[in-house]
Amino acid sequence: MSASVAEIPVESRVHYLNVDYGIKSWLFTTDHKRIALLYLGSITLMFFIGGIAALMMRLNLLEPNGAIVNPETYNKLFSMHGIVMVWFFLVPSIPATLGNFLVPLMIGARDVAFPKLNLLSWYIFIIGACFTLYAVISGGVDTGWTFYTPLSSLYLTTHVLAAASGIFITGFSSILTGLNFIVTIHRMRAPGLTWFRLPLFIWSLYATSVIFVLATPVLATTLMLVGLERVFHAGFFDPRLGGDPILFEHLFWFYSHPAVYIMILPAMGVISELITAFSKKRIFGYKAIAYSSMAIALVGFFVWGHHMFVSGQSAYAGLIFSALSFAVAIPSSVKVFNWTATLYKGSISYDAPMLYALGFIGLFTMGGLTGLFLASMAVDVHVHDTYFVIAHFHYIMVGGAVMGYLGGIHFWWPKITGRLYPDVWARLAAVTIFLGFNLTFFPQYILGYLGMPRRFAMYPPEFQALNVLSTAGASILGIGYFIPFIYLLWSIRYGPVAPANPWGAKGLEWERAPSPPPKENFEEIPVVTEGAYMYGNPESYNV
Amino acid sequence: MTPSLSGILLQGGFNLRPASASTMAPDVDHLYFILTGISIFFSVLIFGLILYFMIKYRKRSDAIPPPTRMSIPLEVTWIVIPVLICAFLFVRASAVFVHYQDPPSGSLEIFVVGKQWMWHIQHSEGPREINQLHIPIGVPIKLTMTSQDVIHDFFVPAFRQKMDVVPGRYTTEWFQATQLGTYHFFCSQYCGTSHSGMIGWVTVMKPEDYAGWLRSNATPESSAVAGRRLFSQFGCEGCHAPDGAGKGPSLTGIFGKTAALENGETRTVDEGFIRQMIVNPASLPVSNYPQIMPTFSGQLDEEQIMQLVAYIKSLGGTEGSK
Repeated sequence: MSASVAEIPVESRVHYLNVDYGIKSWLFTTDHKRIALLYLGSITLMFFIGGIAALMMRLNLLEPNGAIVNPETYNKLFSMHGIVMVWFFLVPSIPATLGNFLVPLMIGARDVAFPKLNLLSWYIFIIGACFTLYAVISGGVDTGWTFYTPLSSLYLTTHVLAAASGIFITGFSSILTGLNFIVTIHRMRAPGLTWFRLPLFIWSLYATSVIFVLATPVLATTLMLVGLERVFHAGFFDPRLGGDPILFEHLFWFYSHPAVYIMILPAMGVISELITAFSKKRIFGYKAIAYSSMAIALVGFFVWGHHMFVSGQSAYAGLIFSALSFAVAIPSSVKVFNWTATLYKGSISYDAPMLYALGFIGLFTMGGLTGLFLASMAVDVHVHDTYFVIAHFHYIMVGGAVMGYLGGIHFWWPKITGRLYPDVWARLAAVTIFLGFNLTFFPQYILGYLGMPRRFAMYPPEFQALNVLSTAGASILGIGYFIPFIYLLWSIRYGPVAPANPWGAKGLEWERAPSPPPKENFEEIPVVTEGAYMYGNPESYNV
Repeated sequence: MTPSLSGILLQGGFNLRPASASTMAPDVDHLYFILTGISIFFSVLIFGLILYFMIKYRKRSDAIPPPTRMSIPLEVTWIVIPVLICAFLFVRASAVFVHYQDPPSGSLEIFVVGKQWMWHIQHSEGPREINQLHIPIGVPIKLTMTSQDVIHDFFVPAFRQKMDVVPGRYTTEWFQATQLGTYHFFCSQYCGTSHSGMIGWVTVMKPEDYAGWLRSNATPESSAVAGRRLFSQFGCEGCHAPDGAGKGPSLTGIFGKTAALENGETRTVDEGFIRQMIVNPASLPVSNYPQIMPTFSGQLDEEQIMQLVAYIKSLGGTEGSK
């Protein structure tokens, strides 16, 4: 990037970033775009906190007896990693940043339905994050992110209440965001923007919002019961008082399995946008992809028992949960096939966002296929609670959700900031992350089948070779995640000014709004006359 | 001394699966191979198509390609084929699972109590072990398990079998070893600070060696005899007189029978029923008897309760009539 390009003067046009200045203009903003950036900053911080915990875990596992920390600390590290990454990065990642920024822009609205509620959601998120960080700083918590009882409710003496409160509070942020999106998508679409003209990203966020609203209250209830058990020894989960620890597992996974889809559905929505934009083709099977999002959201509520095949739940229940778990694989595979078919006879370019999108399809496919192993009960019995499961859900949540998130950030960065980032660095980072990711997590499939249980601070020496490989991969992955952090920050000040539509993409946010958009998004509310992704000559779609 | 990376890689070897030492192991491995084959097939198919499209349809000019129409037959095809594959996998995997759910009758019974952070193992004949499990080859082994504190999980990778060990209830797990040797077992459910230290060894022995091991580790009393001692020590016979003259039922021959509850339900008198009756009798109001049995929760630890169960089982009865 030459210096002269970087010195192009900033546009004098008024947009949402320069309409006013000062800390107050950010902390009291109700502009969905600024709230998106507030979230972006907060979750980036949380991502690096969770990431540091992961790196320390991987370093510790270099040696069978633990290379750097004792088991007590190790247990706190993986608990912190899970809690921070799940609730303070992955769950809010795409919905709260890209979703907040894009929902009104994509549907031709000036803001979300409840702008003040939107700001409140961010404050609730921050309060929840403060509780959780307090739990970390004051000595940590060693429950694992799953808070299984009676360990969490009766036995551990760490800061369980603070951590659980943090998650409890943050849940309301999810609920309010989901509510806001549902109402916005129902009520505020531009004239002519029918449901089947919506971008698929909106469909995926709609499905996600439904899960936010329906599943999160169950998590809140569950954590409250754990709190009551800890403080008043209420006995919900204590067998000595007639309670049942398995009840906790049912309640927890009733939220936490749908939560997996909270994390992956928005990423699938991003990928649908990227694949079509960079192959200059209308998405193949629009309705199939839209319906599959809704199917995943629906069926995803009825598969929680596959986390409990070896918990002692009835074998009949296990059979039904196994069948439903296979069923939920179908809509996911439909998406993969349709994305692949979209490339057919396209005009494909390989800018950085597209590399992330292709990486997503590869990693998500492998994560999805290994999900079949876990839905197969007899195989699950063996690999349950081993590194096989760790590898599987990291392929979905990191290989899938994080790749999708980064792809989306790179795609819409020019729209968000009005600046371009150095494409060479961005492609290099995408490739580094892809390779580092596979080196980190592929060996864990083998480790898991060999029988290494998860959450082991120490392990028998026969598992060392694969652990060393995995840690080597993690260090590459860590560098891969750090590179975008640097050049994206750099681009805000020094990047070339972005045109309104640098990718030649379809969509109201690209075609009707400048980069960055004005505070009110559109001078005039656009009128939509065609379906999504109609590249090229509109006549050719009338055949 | 820190070994070099290459040393670690060489010494560790690159096994892709653990030892296969039970009747269940080949069945699970077989499924694993089928699943791996399906995964490789679809990965190659999808990645191959993507790579082919990436090269063939790379951008050559700014011209926008004409649209491709959605194809209903194509959508149906790639829904139906995965559905058929999933149905096949479901049936195959569930069949294996169901087969290894209930132990065959005549299994050798061993009690397991998990506690932070060790495994207490109690053979019916009396010997007790900690973090060690000696079993004969070729005999189905039924583990009846419970936890003294939090949830644990008894996992033997070489047998491809695991089951959670839950406080307040009995869970069971069974396997039949096919290879002599010593194999790791792990706690695979996170249970607190020393979770990763809750490791032990299964030693699979020839039946005659196992008999010898039992003799050389013989204890003054078997589980059932220890249970009988507890039975009189805690005054159980006062109500549960063998001739049925007490306030409670005689326990002779009761194991495996069906008990009618006051709410109309029936329950099989199995290990879990007896345990629940001892620690929480109020939760099992049996018809035809006054609800006067006191709880023994807190007075007996899980191993003592298991000895009482063993004693009551030794009084005869039919097992597995459910």
